[in-house]
Amino acid sequence: MRFVARVLVRPKAEVRDPQGEAVFAALRSLGHDVSEVRTGKEILVTFDAADEESARTAAERMGDQLLANPVIESYAVEVAREAAKAR
Amino acid sequence: MTRVAILRYPGTWSERDFAHALSLIEGVDAEIQWHENADLRGFDAAIVPGGFSYGDYLRAGAIAKLSPGTKELRRFASEGGAILGSCNGFQILCEAGLLPGALIRNSDLAYRSDWVRIRVESEETPFTRGLRGAVLRMPIGNGEGCWVADPETHARVEAAGRVVVRYVDERGVVTADANPNGSLANIAGVANETGNVVGLMPHPERCVEAILGGTDGYRMLANLVGARHGTAPALYR
Repeated sequence: MRFVARVLVRPKAEVRDPQGEAVFAALRSLGHDVSEVRTGKEILVTFDAADEESARTAAERMGDQLLANPVIESYAVEVAREAAKAR
Repeated sequence: MTRVAILRYPGTWSERDFAHALSLIEGVDAEIQWHENADLRGFDAAIVPGGFSYGDYLRAGAIAKLSPGTKELRRFASEGGAILGSCNGFQILCEAGLLPGALIRNSDLAYRSDWVRIRVESEETPFTRGLRGAVLRMPIGNGEGCWVADPETHARVEAAGRVVVRYVDERGVVTADANPNGSLANIAGVANETGNVVGLMPHPERCVEAILGGTDGYRMLANLVGARHGTAPALYR
């Protein structure tokens, strides 16, 4: 079965996010009354796996090994069948 | 002769500057090695130069940490070989886990191309012997030079004297204004536990002749004369 893992990588709460701070200031300049902005990235990985659980395990391995740097980032994984995504 | 290998990854751009800088130092013989077939056997030291390895994709140094060259660096480091990473080289060594902490975007988001002053905090490394307390003037050029670590790691690095260089003002004093990128405790460079692996954001290879505007990089790199493979852990622990 083909799965798509959506890996959301964010700077840890205690790590400064200068990009988020710049976006925060820009949104304020547009008149939006926002109190904080944090930025991150979304990484979509498509691959074959036996079932959803093994797909999740594989995606978490990818997160640990490469997609996030545990010193500064945390990540969350969402796994879905590719077909379900296309519908 | 002290034999030095300079590693080149796709996107490395400072390897020829390092080769030129090292060619000025009597007693040092340097060669550039392509990362895929890096072989550090028989070498005394390795340099990981600056640039944008793998385009800085994902994170600076994140892809390079998986290269065969980095695997060879890991082996070399464990044997006590002296390794210096500058700029992107520092980022690669942190990503590879050979150095503590990580480099994130500069606090003001600006790419900083400038001259800075750094004070040598530790001479227990192959690159800073006899330089403790020296204030060196060197160029920087980076967008992700802000060194961070969790409080425990930072405290451990400070307590063990593994902060190698710190950003200071012209009087040699640590000030917020002297910090070009928001680095924790003005840290510009750190060493591993055994002192044989060092990373710093500034570019010593860009200040080795008067015509380049400064010669303090020469003072750092000239330390390599006499560095011998395998001697580092005993000497620098």
